[in-house]
Amino acid sequence: MDRINMVQSLNMTLHNIMEADEKVLIMGEDVGLNGGVFRVTDGLYQKFGRQRVIDSPIAESAILGTAIGMAISGLKPVIEMQFSGFSYLMMHQLEGNASRMRTRSRGQFTVPLVIRMPYGGGVRALEHHSESKEVYFAHTAGVKVIIPSSPSNAGPLLMAAIDDPDPVVFMEPKRSYRSFKEPVEDKLPIIPIGRAHILEKGDDITIISWGAMIQDTIKAVKRLKTETGCNPEVIDLLTISPMDIETIIDSVIKTGRCVIVQEAQKSFGPASEIIALINDHALMYLEAPVNRITMYDIPVPLFGREQMYIPSQERILRAMIKTLNE
Amino acid sequence: MTLHTLDTFSIDYLQILDEKGNVDKSLEPDISSEDLLKLHYYMTFSRMVDSRMLNLQRQGRLGTLPAATGQEASFCAPVLAIKDTDWFVGSYRELGGRLMRGEPLLNILHFYNGFEEGSLNLKSPRTLPVSIILASQLPHAVGLAYGSRLQGEKDTVALAVFGDGSTSEGDFHEALNFAGVLNAPVIFLCQNNQFAISTPRKLQTKSATIAQKAIAYGMPGIQVDGNDPLAVYKAVDDAVKRARENKGPSLIEAVTYRMLMHTTADDPTRYRDDAQVESWKVKDPLKRFFKYLTGKQIWDEKKQIDLEKELKQTIDQTVKEFESKKEFKPDAPFDHVFGNSFYLIDQQRAQFLDQLKIESEKGD
Repeated sequence: MDRINMVQSLNMTLHNIMEADEKVLIMGEDVGLNGGVFRVTDGLYQKFGRQRVIDSPIAESAILGTAIGMAISGLKPVIEMQFSGFSYLMMHQLEGNASRMRTRSRGQFTVPLVIRMPYGGGVRALEHHSESKEVYFAHTAGVKVIIPSSPSNAGPLLMAAIDDPDPVVFMEPKRSYRSFKEPVEDKLPIIPIGRAHILEKGDDITIISWGAMIQDTIKAVKRLKTETGCNPEVIDLLTISPMDIETIIDSVIKTGRCVIVQEAQKSFGPASEIIALINDHALMYLEAPVNRITMYDIPVPLFGREQMYIPSQERILRAMIKTLNE
Repeated sequence: MTLHTLDTFSIDYLQILDEKGNVDKSLEPDISSEDLLKLHYYMTFSRMVDSRMLNLQRQGRLGTLPAATGQEASFCAPVLAIKDTDWFVGSYRELGGRLMRGEPLLNILHFYNGFEEGSLNLKSPRTLPVSIILASQLPHAVGLAYGSRLQGEKDTVALAVFGDGSTSEGDFHEALNFAGVLNAPVIFLCQNNQFAISTPRKLQTKSATIAQKAIAYGMPGIQVDGNDPLAVYKAVDDAVKRARENKGPSLIEAVTYRMLMHTTADDPTRYRDDAQVESWKVKDPLKRFFKYLTGKQIWDEKKQIDLEKELKQTIDQTVKEFESKKEFKPDAPFDHVFGNSFYLIDQQRAQFLDQLKIESEKGD
């Protein structure tokens, strides 16, 4: 069992899957010879050739549109949007076609494909390279949205996404790409789509997060335990849509308190949805209002000020203490 | 029943000043000495700024930035052919062109150090900010050109600059189509630098030239030696004249080469040979323009040394100024979200500032 980072975990998974299933195909900008700008597809072009690893022209709409055709034809395309900030150009193919081909054709035509994209801030990049817009995709019925948070869950979730019968948007938190390593087995277990992962079991407060914020949340939780001696339950969503209602509700019914940590801007985000679910199913169990720590409702600042705006450990910790004391 | 040819097309290639510095006198554009020296000044300035910024980036004093070296003729000469009252709608690899348009170097440094303040460009109100999403700026150029005309400006044009990779995006095709249909006075200038990050031009399109894409949209297209400032100027000047006379848009493909990396986050050795890079060194636009100017006896070695010294001082001074002001108002990102105020945003700004205060007190 080697200790590897998230990029290596994703890369290893793609190598394994392409080896095992010749219907899997990679397409995107700079994914071939260059191995992707983050090297997630490194070595695939050399091993599987340019028929199955396509360096495409720069046209996000056509990358998805073509992949929809490939998927209907029987292939399993895994396409890459170079950055989530450039993915909006494929939006009409996602909303208009990929998401509803199954519905439109009453199940005759299906679109099993994966759209990978790095997202999120914290890597000192230029404009359009720092946003967390998972909600754009999650708001599209018929599309599943997955966000891994670590080397050990990135590969298994990608396997599940490729195995899935429908379009999956697979958002990779680029801040976590190389920031830490974990021991990962060669033969990865599949993590099912639609299930959140309980990172820590506890009774006093439910902490929910996903993506790169998981690392900050874990550190804040550690400090919370030291400072208050409380026993928090920490949930890593993993699947944004369809959301794992059971895990969230069971936990909140148990703890009566909840804090959500979200990198995306505040309004209309996944945190809003979680609060609505709690309202639907667990309102009477609450002992304090549900709190959410998020970005503000502004475009993500350029990197000069970005760190001030992404939820900090300090902010997360204070929110948890406040919710515990209410 | 009949089978006959409806149309055929041809595409011209223009080179006036070759890589050895020879001029085709029959094609030489009429540019004043003052303007020639201005062009030379900015091409030199651009090269030196690019090199300094890459150094600053390597030292961690700037963030990720695109390299512009080698393409100076492609992005400076077009600016010489338009007026301050015309629109400049660029992408992100036209450093010297932006300097020529009056963007202060200080702003450019702040922008690449991650501060929005660098994008405010009061000195050049008709230069749009850097546009990173490829080809997305091209329809804007059509709208600006059309809008200015509709509002009574008789001869305003828009110069839209983009790269070879952008020609694959839908926005490129849609913009050219709109410009044709609306007869908008736009000059579409493609800097074909052979690479979109790692993807070579031949994988971007099966067309033999990018220039010929103009034909499909009902406008003239021409390919020029993009490292020849005279050819680029001549082609843009012709297109500007057409546009001013209400004869519609044009497409120009300037064939050049990205001598360095896509951005500082890129490693070109993964996908291209050094030999290819070497073969483009002899085509350097600065070298051949120097020969041209000295041949015309309006420039010499001594003047060149003095100019480089002067520019180095200017850059040194600006970098010093840049380094002395690295902090801006922390809540500035809230300032321009909307043009009017809303409780929701104001409340979030107040929360942000409270937060900052608590964290700075904890830090003390």
